[in-house]
Amino acid sequence: MPTIQSIAGELEPHPDVALIERVRGGDLSAYDLLVRKYERQLFRIAQHITQNREDAEDVMQDAFLKAYEKLEQFQGNSKFYTWLVRIAVNESLMRLRKRRTGKMVSIDEDIETEEGSVPRDLADWAPDPEQNYNQAELGEILRKTIQGLPQGFRIVFVLRDVEGLSTEETAETLGLSIPAVKSRLLRARLQLRERLSRYFHRKKAIKETGVGK
Amino acid sequence: MTCKEFLAHLDDLIDDSVTAEVRAELETHRGRCTHCEVIFNTTRKTIEIYRSHEIYELPTSLRDRLHTAIMARCKKAC
Ligand SMILES: [Zn+2]
Repeated sequence: MPTIQSIAGELEPHPDVALIERVRGGDLSAYDLLVRKYERQLFRIAQHITQNREDAEDVMQDAFLKAYEKLEQFQGNSKFYTWLVRIAVNESLMRLRKRRTGKMVSIDEDIETEEGSVPRDLADWAPDPEQNYNQAELGEILRKTIQGLPQGFRIVFVLRDVEGLSTEETAETLGLSIPAVKSRLLRARLQLRERLSRYFHRKKAIKETGVGK
Repeated sequence: MTCKEFLAHLDDLIDDSVTAEVRAELETHRGRCTHCEVIFNTTRKTIEIYRSHEIYELPTSLRDRLHTAIMARCKKAC
């Protein structure tokens, strides 16, 4: 429900708008600020999609260059960041296509469609389960786990939950319907949860030990 | 409310976008069903962990190098 504050907030122009105006007026230093502001996010997103560091470096550079060249086409009815992310997602998918020549790559890849199954794994997690691992181990677990998700789920989870785009922005960025984003998000979250359970589940009570797994 | 219905609202509950009425029903179900309580807590925790741990960090030296390269290419494109 919109509050008076949120309505007022919408009327206030996003700080990027002024920077973009300056860039359009020929001030490259304003673009420098925009690049600084979003380069880490773009690199992360590219890395999540391509799963390759060199590709992510290229994607990040190409996306910022492309955005700069196409800045005239930026309408301003979406956020600059969302527009930028869309360019980066497309660049990443293109890069993947080049890599796997002959194989089509899209965000629809690997999506099975059966819906609404209730997860069976009941194991509760230890309190603060990540503390049972050091930073390097935890990073490895999190990377491995998210890399195992189907591409189309992974991108939705990354944009929506990691990078904080809204459902609407995620849909717009990926060219998906809102229900499609919602259904993928739920399944991405549940699959990640289930996979992480292997590492984070509570140690079994004494009477249960020795019963396998 | 069945577990399946609970699951259908799980995202909305996590994202805090349910009406007070539905929320009350969901909370009641959670209170009665360990299964859904576990799924709710661990799913929320999953999101929190991914949000708080940057798994693809951009080291400063690489960041500077890429930044310089981007700006140089933009300058050339002017
Ligand atoms: Zn239940």
